[in-house]
Amino acid sequence: MFSTTVFVQGMPLLLHAALATIGVSLTGLFIGFFVAVGVCAARLSSNRAARRFGGAYVFFFRGVPMLVQLLLVYYLLPFAGINVSPLVAAISAVSLCSASYIAEILRGGFLSIPPGHIEAARMLGLSPFDTLRRILVPQAFRLTLPSLVNEMVLLIKASSLISVVGVAELTRTAQNIAASTYRPLEAYLAAGLIYFVICGALALIAHAAEFRLKHA
Amino acid sequence: MQQFDPTVITHNLQPIAAGLATTLGTWAAGVVIGMVIGFLIAVLQLFCGRWVRGLLRFYIELFRGTPFLVQLFLLYYGGPSFGLTLEPMTAGVLGLGLYGSAYFAEAFRSGFQSVPPGHLEAASCLGLTRTQAVWRIQMPQMLVLIVPALTNLIIVLSKETAVLSIVTVPELTFVLTGIGSASFAFVETLLMLCVCYLALVELTSRAGMWAETRIARFMA
Repeated sequence: MFSTTVFVQGMPLLLHAALATIGVSLTGLFIGFFVAVGVCAARLSSNRAARRFGGAYVFFFRGVPMLVQLLLVYYLLPFAGINVSPLVAAISAVSLCSASYIAEILRGGFLSIPPGHIEAARMLGLSPFDTLRRILVPQAFRLTLPSLVNEMVLLIKASSLISVVGVAELTRTAQNIAASTYRPLEAYLAAGLIYFVICGALALIAHAAEFRLKHA
Repeated sequence: MQQFDPTVITHNLQPIAAGLATTLGTWAAGVVIGMVIGFLIAVLQLFCGRWVRGLLRFYIELFRGTPFLVQLFLLYYGGPSFGLTLEPMTAGVLGLGLYGSAYFAEAFRSGFQSVPPGHLEAASCLGLTRTQAVWRIQMPQMLVLIVPALTNLIIVLSKETAVLSIVTVPELTFVLTGIGSASFAFVETLLMLCVCYLALVELTSRAGMWAETRIARFMA
């Protein structure tokens, strides 16, 4: 029989854990964004070595499953003499992974800005830095905003994997509830419902961003 | 710190090969199940009324809005609560297929939609029925248009097979992390794991590009 009690009583715990899920994903997105700006700059750079590096970064982090990246960070950092807590390892893995995807999103955004804008800026006497700050970044940001929100949805879902290294986020908490009540169905259904609501809300935001973009 | 010791890999080639075979098998089965269900959903969406379409939409959003790991846990650990007891492997393949089906359905649907409406109008002018128009006009064009999206999805699913290790399916990640824990040779085993997945993804993406150029001949 379906136990509504477990489902309802587990909710407050799970909602609290959902904050950890959102926190890790947001931090991952934030750090990942800054790493991605570097990787994207390397990929678009005129220096061949930098381009190679950027390409290799994207190739590696998009070609290896997120779970394997997490294990890499979790097991290999101690080998290199760096002891990190599971939470730090998890956030690092999420950031490094999301950086590769965000770098590609940003690259697409920058490449879709008409070159005429850059020429016009140069003709008007803007310095390369001003061109970047006033012409390229605002446009690239607007163009890539829907994809960035989408990336956040992917991160929320991918962050369920960090339960494997014992970070007490949503999936891990559901596992704990399932283990202590012997009611896995109710625990995972409740967790799934919370993920569904978070991702749904983000999808609506992405949709609104896209709408505003089209009608701007 | 330990010395880098490649013999950990070379001495365990047989179990690693078996793990790779399991990865390939679950991947292929998941892709096939996902494509079949996804295709059925996309076709049903074309022919059915509002209620059925809404229901299918909900199915798609449900599987796209929750993590694969939670879906897998629900199927494998939650299944027995409603009388569905599955082996890890069966649960893994089924979970992978259901998860993939939502994404494949979306790919097929957008493929159907990107066939120019003029083609359908022309078809109805020529006296083709709706069913004929779908099978003879929309379907062939859709299949050509979505090759890049399908390649992408197949690659995504190849990486999701790693998650099956969490419910003890003896695939590549499970085997190699097992060897790593037993011998403390984490560096060697994890590197081997990365190499295998990178090779898998690269080969699939090359095959996809090849398929794309081959099939482009049909789009004159």
